Amino acid sequence: MRYVDEYRDPALARRLFAEIRAAATRPWTLMEVCGGQTHTIVRQGIDELLPAGLRMIHGPGCPVCVTPLELIDKALEIAGRDEVVFTSYGDMLRVPGSRTDLLSLRARGADVRVVYSPLDAVRIAADRPDREVVFFAVGFETTAPANAMAVLRAHQLGLPNFSMLVSHVLVPPAMTAILDAPDCEVQAFLAAGHVCAVMGWTQYEPIAARYGVPIVVTGFEPLDLLEGILMAVRQLEDGRAAVENQYARAVRRSGNTQAQDAIRRVFRIGDRAWRGIGTIPGSGLMLTDEFAGYDAEPRFAVAGLSAREHPACIAGDILRGTRVPTDCAAYGTLCTPRTPLGAPMVSTEGTCAAFYNAGRVRPAVTAGPR
Amino acid sequence: MTAADPSGGGAAMTAADPSRGGCPVPLAETEKVLLGHGSGGQLSAELLRDVVVPALGAAAAETVPEDAAVVRVDGLDLVVSTDAFVVSPLFFPGGDIGVLAVHGTVNDVAMMGATPLALAVAYVIEEGFPVADLRRVTASVGAAAAAAGVPVVTGDTKVVGRGAADGLFVTTTGLGRRLPGARVSAALARPGDAVLLSGPIGAHGTTILSTREALGFEADLASDTRPLHRLVAAMVAGAGQAVHVMRDPTRGGVASTLNEIAAAAGVGIEIDEAAVAVPAPVASACELLGLDPLHVANEGCLVAVVAPESAEALLATMRATPEGRDAVRLGSVVGEHPGRVVMRTLMGGRRVVDMLVGEQLPRIC
Amino acid sequence: MCLGIPGRIGSVDDASGLHMGTVDFGGVEREVCLAYVPEAQAGDYVIVHVGFAISTVDEAEARRTLEVLEAMGDVLEQELAGGPGAAP
Repeated sequence: MRYVDEYRDPALARRLFAEIRAAATRPWTLMEVCGGQTHTIVRQGIDELLPAGLRMIHGPGCPVCVTPLELIDKALEIAGRDEVVFTSYGDMLRVPGSRTDLLSLRARGADVRVVYSPLDAVRIAADRPDREVVFFAVGFETTAPANAMAVLRAHQLGLPNFSMLVSHVLVPPAMTAILDAPDCEVQAFLAAGHVCAVMGWTQYEPIAARYGVPIVVTGFEPLDLLEGILMAVRQLEDGRAAVENQYARAVRRSGNTQAQDAIRRVFRIGDRAWRGIGTIPGSGLMLTDEFAGYDAEPRFAVAGLSAREHPACIAGDILRGTRVPTDCAAYGTLCTPRTPLGAPMVSTEGTCAAFYNAGRVRPAVTAGPR
Repeated sequence: MTAADPSGGGAAMTAADPSRGGCPVPLAETEKVLLGHGSGGQLSAELLRDVVVPALGAAAAETVPEDAAVVRVDGLDLVVSTDAFVVSPLFFPGGDIGVLAVHGTVNDVAMMGATPLALAVAYVIEEGFPVADLRRVTASVGAAAAAAGVPVVTGDTKVVGRGAADGLFVTTTGLGRRLPGARVSAALARPGDAVLLSGPIGAHGTTILSTREALGFEADLASDTRPLHRLVAAMVAGAGQAVHVMRDPTRGGVASTLNEIAAAAGVGIEIDEAAVAVPAPVASACELLGLDPLHVANEGCLVAVVAPESAEALLATMRATPEGRDAVRLGSVVGEHPGRVVMRTLMGGRRVVDMLVGEQLPRIC
Repeated sequence: MCLGIPGRIGSVDDASGLHMGTVDFGGVEREVCLAYVPEAQAGDYVIVHVGFAISTVDEAEARRTLEVLEAMGDVLEQELAGGPGAAP
């Protein structure tokens, strides 16, 4: 695939590893924000190939993982209703709620359907005026323009039977929450490339300045991650703290203004609870008053749910990067991808699933210089 | 009362006490069969272990799970295999349910190192199913059987009410005879053995997924369904008992097959990511849907575990056949990490290749 | 976030009232919403996430990234050839 395969070249990767080894004279701790980046790192075993002392902490960039338990329970309640066609991205189907998950609900006869694009959910609503079609609008800023367009399209078509259960989260407030934590060890960030393709990187400049951390907008292929790590290490070694763009082929400083306009029209910023972390002010998107009629929560008036996390699950610590899955007593025993206790084990991008599927049974030992 | 432990692991589970009002453990679905139970990965293995094998008596419990069974009759090693075909859609690029049903069972028999001799075919047809489609499927069955040289000798037809079957289900049972000089079983893999793969992977599963309307993908993909018994015959003729294991990686993909072999033989397997050939459109479809090609179903390739000194010659033998033209060596069997399959990644790292957990779901992130 | 795949716009179509196009991802095609890349035309590459193009691929930047990486190895080899005193 063009613009993909070139960034997986093993020979170029070896050069980047050599450059990183040459550049890093001291231990450094970096965080990659996005679950897609975690996925690549762990699946390719990149973190185990970095020089000793160069540590990657896996950030909370998995919107599936951070969707609040209460919202999953609401989704399950709505999906169980006879008149509802519940549509969702594939990732959400195995996420455990307090008592069950969407996949199990489907096994019991609920009409739960996976869609690739939110427009497919709108199409179902147009085709089935006799059913209530609900779409589980989960994601970071990358997905917000698509989810916004679904609302705009439903509005354009005048569909009374389409609504969304919204669980959008924003990256910059999460980064500052991580940086504000007293036990924060992160010295530099690899920012999420596709979030920045939409939003640009201007929001990260004050963060880099205030906290003195380098932030490198990074892509998702192995060479992108290695180059991003190299750029971050060079800044750290030089004592700089700026925003740089590794993913130049897809990201511009101002981002995608049409997409941002659509987000602003359909959504407003509000406080949002992050599963395992707690409420981060100004970290979520909600529907604006103009489109409040498409909000599934009031439409289905789900109330009186008591959400209960499994006591053994340390997802919050995992998502903040203060602990790794191998620290968890339940990891690999009670909690596996087959029987997940928390979201980071369910989502293929969650840190726990990434670790488990790569066979990590002990903390990753970074390789010494070769 | 302790809740049943679906993972089968040794760790103690939190006791589910109904009197405490609300179980905090989100229990895995153990009361109803899930789609994932049929996908060939971990869930399928659990269903077999927990529900099927216990009921079928000691003989079933003792044998290593294989694609077919050997029944010794008057000094003859007969091989028998059966399979149900429930693919949806029924017609797809590269084949249909009829072709799949013939090749699938021909291959399961062949994987025991046997020559398939005859097939039985049973239909379960949903009321209202178009006769024209039935003709089309049956023509495919006939053509595939003829091309494979394995006649359909008997069969059955049932019709069920509307909604009770998804159009058409086909079951085929195959009878064969073990080839002289063949002795294969997953349990025979030994450290040092070479792991071979007969061709590119991922075509069938991605073809099926991309043909399903809901995801909206158009692709120049076609199922790789083909009979492999001639390839097997060539391999056994050439290397005899140096061929230790043969499996066709259908549901659950190459990853699940390698894991099954590793578990059955109590060995580890190491493979090279760079050796795995994935055709370009398959790779693209997998990227788009977030699928791992190693977990995608195949219908036209086989995995073989062979004595190391025979590996080069066997590869040459395989490459001389149309079905094995692109045969490669994937890796080796090792004594380390028994039961685990480890892959050397493109970047030079290592990761474990696990079995497919449940149903493959397209992901966004 | 994630799973944004680069693909090539084959054709553009506004018939449905939405700016849509057919995008080719190395042999797999899908209908994609191009509303957020109005300047993109047939032949251009875009990054697609959940059926939406969120960005165009800047081919010059893509080439530059690879050229920088390829040059890296040469510089390293020259430095190594320069002996123990060569700067890292």
